[in-house]
Amino acid sequence: MPKLPLVRPGPNGSVTDVPTPPIGVNATRERDADDIEAVPLRHPWRWVIAAVLLVVFVGVALSLWHNENVNHPTISKFIFDRRILDGVVLTLILTIVSMVISTVLAVLLAVMRLSHNPVLNSLSWLYIWAFRGTPLLIQIVFWGYLGLLYSQITLGIPYTDFSLFSIDTNTLIPAFTAGLLALTLNQAAYSAEIVRAGMLSVDEGQYEAAYSVGMSPTFTLFKVVLPQAMRVIVPPMGNETISMLKNTSLLSVIAVLEVYTVATQISSQNLRQVELLVVVSCWYLFLTSVLSIPQFYLERHYGRGNARVLPPTPLARVWKVLRPASRPGTAPIAPGAKTNGPHTNGPHTNGPHTHGPHTNREDAP
Amino acid sequence: MTDFVPAENAAASATPTASAKLPLLSARKVRKSFGGVEVLKGISLEVATGQVMCLLGPSGSGKSTFLRCINHLERIDGGRISVDGELIGYAARHGRIFEMNRREVARQRGGIGMVFQRFNLFPHMTALENITAAPIGVRGLAKPTALARGRELLDRVGLADLAGSYPAQLSGGQQQRVAIARALAMDPTLLLFDEPTSALDPELVGDVLDVMRGLAADGMTMVVVTHEIGFARGAADEVVFMDAGVVMESGPPAEVLDNPQNSRTKAFLDSVM
Repeated sequence: MPKLPLVRPGPNGSVTDVPTPPIGVNATRERDADDIEAVPLRHPWRWVIAAVLLVVFVGVALSLWHNENVNHPTISKFIFDRRILDGVVLTLILTIVSMVISTVLAVLLAVMRLSHNPVLNSLSWLYIWAFRGTPLLIQIVFWGYLGLLYSQITLGIPYTDFSLFSIDTNTLIPAFTAGLLALTLNQAAYSAEIVRAGMLSVDEGQYEAAYSVGMSPTFTLFKVVLPQAMRVIVPPMGNETISMLKNTSLLSVIAVLEVYTVATQISSQNLRQVELLVVVSCWYLFLTSVLSIPQFYLERHYGRGNARVLPPTPLARVWKVLRPASRPGTAPIAPGAKTNGPHTNGPHTNGPHTHGPHTNREDAP
Repeated sequence: MTDFVPAENAAASATPTASAKLPLLSARKVRKSFGGVEVLKGISLEVATGQVMCLLGPSGSGKSTFLRCINHLERIDGGRISVDGELIGYAARHGRIFEMNRREVARQRGGIGMVFQRFNLFPHMTALENITAAPIGVRGLAKPTALARGRELLDRVGLADLAGSYPAQLSGGQQQRVAIARALAMDPTLLLFDEPTSALDPELVGDVLDVMRGLAADGMTMVVVTHEIGFARGAADEVVFMDAGVVMESGPPAEVLDNPQNSRTKAFLDSVM
């Protein structure tokens, strides 16, 4: 512990109340005699580890680049190939549509699971048990080959001969629909638990407050509980979306023409398996990167009201770097030491404007 | 709907002393148990329109539970509670009494405001949105009307300039005053306060109590669970002392607070004053 006193004791031992301007707001203020001038903490090991890692990465990259088994022109030829691009589009459609539908289903399942109605509660439990308990791959094959189980799908009155219409299963559920169905129904089981966790994170007092102003349980759910649960739900759902994007590749077993299926079809003709896997991996990496952008903004949106200061958007961060004047000062004393010295027990005003120099608007460009 | 008997009529006909002065809140032999432990052992009391009743008592005496029973946040196990002549949680139809469904309970609660110890503001809404959410969403009030009324209420609790602030940006005292405005926005006939100042810093208690005194002066019917003896003395028409799920003593504040007859009331008042 440094022996330096942060605040000098006054003549009678009490702490002098030196009116210091707020630190961190204006870095260009004049130095005060009481300010500490210290050598910043150094981090030499960070540089060492970074250097070692750099050498390793460059080595691996070079060995890949000079590997004679990888034909680079093939990669660049196929990365924007028409068939690959069509596959990418289908992969994206599958991901987005199945995530949207499964999320709606998940909210329904979570509400049922938390309901006091024993029938709905058990139904939800049974659904989650079945769809989470069997491998996704098997579910995909099952929906893909549903025609083997039921060759005809008939709408009519059970146990009578009356039927409104009857349709061939493979016509009603082509490979794309079967794939979408498999991904959606499986995902709903997982997402339901995430939504349930989010709902459980909302304080019981919120329900009571909502009920006390006459809100019905349904209104409370949509206006009070879910908006707050979203803060907890969004990060794992972002995870699930990225997982879903990659899980679409499993649909190759029922020949849905998403990007991985297309790539294997091409490589079975030209025998360039590695190159096409690189092409596909590049696309997956690109898509997962793009998908994390909306997550950031969703988290920011649902975080409002919970944090006094919202995190700056990437744009605001760039702006901050470009305008050094608005950067906080580097004085080694924590901000928050306001005009009355850090040890004085002045009256704490509790207005919204007294929580330090930060406001939501500071970071806005 | 010819055979439908409105709840008010049913309750009114049950009480012979109808017409003249029905108490706004009437509780008769209210019982409530939690897991075999009886916390309310037959509470009977009445509050007339425009009156302020303060419930005092040691923690665990059942004050808060009783308050929560009044707006059906807790379901009573015995006895009956009625507000404005309407049984709480039950409706009379065809000469029989039916348990209300959740929508009917919600409608009934809309007429009974409640202010909580921990404020329970909706953190994702601004102060103004907290106040207008129920009038717009539940009562179907037009948005401009609700917003104007919301601002009026914020002004009344002294927070006119903080309409756009989120609860996390407000002090405890400010949050509690927004919570009071939120309860008032539904134009309740009865306001319940569950230890409204217990979670506040001492210097913020005064602002909240001032707002409550103002409401009392305006003729709002209030039931207040509190430890603020000073508030009870100044604003209450009746003080009820509860202990172990029973009403020990009740009467005007001057009698109960300054000249308690019951030994337990005496002991409690000695410890808090």
